[in-house]
Amino acid sequence: MDTGLSGFIKKLPLKPLSLININQISPDAYILSLPKTHDFLPGQVVAITLDASVAPRLYSLCSAPKDETMQILFSVKPEGLLTPKLVNCSKGDQLLVSTPFGAFLGDEQPAWWIASGTGVAPYRSMLRAGLDHNKKLIHGGRFAHNFYFQDEFASALNDNYIRCCSQESGDGLYHGRLTTWLHEQQQLPAHQMYYLCGSAEMVVEVRDILIGKGIAIERIMSEIYF
Amino acid sequence: MEKITLFGKTPDELKQVVGELGMKPFATKQIAEWLYKKHARTFDEMTNISLKDRQRLNEKCSIGLETFSNVQSSADGTKKYLFPTEKNRFIEAAYIPDDDRATLCVSSQVGCKMGCLFCMTGKQGFQSQLSSGEIVNQISSLPEREKLTNIVYMGMGEPFDNLENVMKSLELLTSDWGYAMSPRRITVSTIGMIPAMKHFLEKSECHLAVSMHTPFHEERKKLMPIENVFPIAEVIETLRAFDMGRQRRVSFEYIMFKGLNDSTKHVNEIARLLNGMRCRINLIRFHPIPDTPLESSDETVIQQFREALVKKGIRTTIRASRGQDIFAACGLLSTKALVKMQTPDF
Repeated sequence: MDTGLSGFIKKLPLKPLSLININQISPDAYILSLPKTHDFLPGQVVAITLDASVAPRLYSLCSAPKDETMQILFSVKPEGLLTPKLVNCSKGDQLLVSTPFGAFLGDEQPAWWIASGTGVAPYRSMLRAGLDHNKKLIHGGRFAHNFYFQDEFASALNDNYIRCCSQESGDGLYHGRLTTWLHEQQQLPAHQMYYLCGSAEMVVEVRDILIGKGIAIERIMSEIYF
Repeated sequence: MEKITLFGKTPDELKQVVGELGMKPFATKQIAEWLYKKHARTFDEMTNISLKDRQRLNEKCSIGLETFSNVQSSADGTKKYLFPTEKNRFIEAAYIPDDDRATLCVSSQVGCKMGCLFCMTGKQGFQSQLSSGEIVNQISSLPEREKLTNIVYMGMGEPFDNLENVMKSLELLTSDWGYAMSPRRITVSTIGMIPAMKHFLEKSECHLAVSMHTPFHEERKKLMPIENVFPIAEVIETLRAFDMGRQRRVSFEYIMFKGLNDSTKHVNEIARLLNGMRCRINLIRFHPIPDTPLESSDETVIQQFREALVKKGIRTTIRASRGQDIFAACGLLSTKALVKMQTPDF
């Protein structure tokens, strides 16, 4: 029996793409730019790996469909199999990339965007696609440098951009976890959507809080780092 | 230096260890037999291996079998075993005796990252993958091991999110050099991770169970975030395209939620999606978990739903709820109380 990963990888239509560039945007996060080979919708993901020895992982695109490149945001997981290698890639290196897919899609309706860490990536795509009207972003991170794209979000969303920083305090930051911020809200808007993107721990905890505050499950949409 | 764990290794992997230890090549087969046929728990039991080689094994290797650290017994005979894994983590396995059958529900991960709304395991988040040895240890270290007739990968975790170790564990269970179980006695359950599912279908002969829970895309997205990337309609299309043969079984798991997925509209859409497909639907009563707005459908509704599906030509069964009093029933396995949660990133 073949228990290797090669068979798994063959099942995804991955194609080699040359890395355009990789930019470090904070001490722990990078943006990787790839040629845009297909149209996509804000909120969609691509599967990426380097070679057949590492299973592909799914990453939300953080660029907009109108942009010339496809970009992903990632942080390095020291114990991970892919990101420690990804961070050492340079311009021209070949990555195996799927076509964009996924149904965690933004629209024009009023909504709260809730994210932890790099889970903010799909909202940046939605923002750049002009879907920021009637939106509020609640972003949780450990440190002040974890609020990726904060200039863009602050400029577009103004007071509707909440940064919850659990380990540091600072100008404009809510000092505490985003779950604490949510608990402190007396009443949540009942007739809008709530988008959740981040780790499984964050998604299940936030979802429970929202449900506990009377939000119907039909109004909660979740995307997890699979 | 850390010892090499032998349990869970294939003959090729054991051969490499035997070579590194300077033992004769035939020791590979002997060790495999002691591990997987004779269920040895110490090297001293391996009496056809020379004393000198056993000493070498004791110095450099560990067997890797772990005894359960707790067991709870249900009034209906179900038992829930707690097994330790690496880094002081724990998993649960449910032993379910039933007349002439005895099924073990095994875990494939510590926790789960799929975040399904109705599942207790999902509440604890994801802690780590189980190795193939840790998966099969749940069988090997089970007091009722000799009584087992069926294995189901429906415990903690999403098996296809740990594909390599799950495939290796299936090889161990079904190979002649391993437990030599029929693949027809093993069912692997998935929420529908399509690439990994295709790999499993091609490389294994075990049965497959797919968690459907609703046939509607928008509704399933709210219950199961995986629907965003691997929609149930595509999962079914993938299965249709694969020749299952006559012996292999595909079933769909369907938890019945009151007022959410138990209507005639759902019956019709299931029938449309599964039209002409040789499969079975397993209806499951929902076992409530903390902080959930979901409720189980009423008994009469479950019966009517089954009858309606049968009328549509779909073989449909209602799964008996077992071990509910010890939280061993479907969707209730969890070691959250024992998890020292990682520092959250939010």
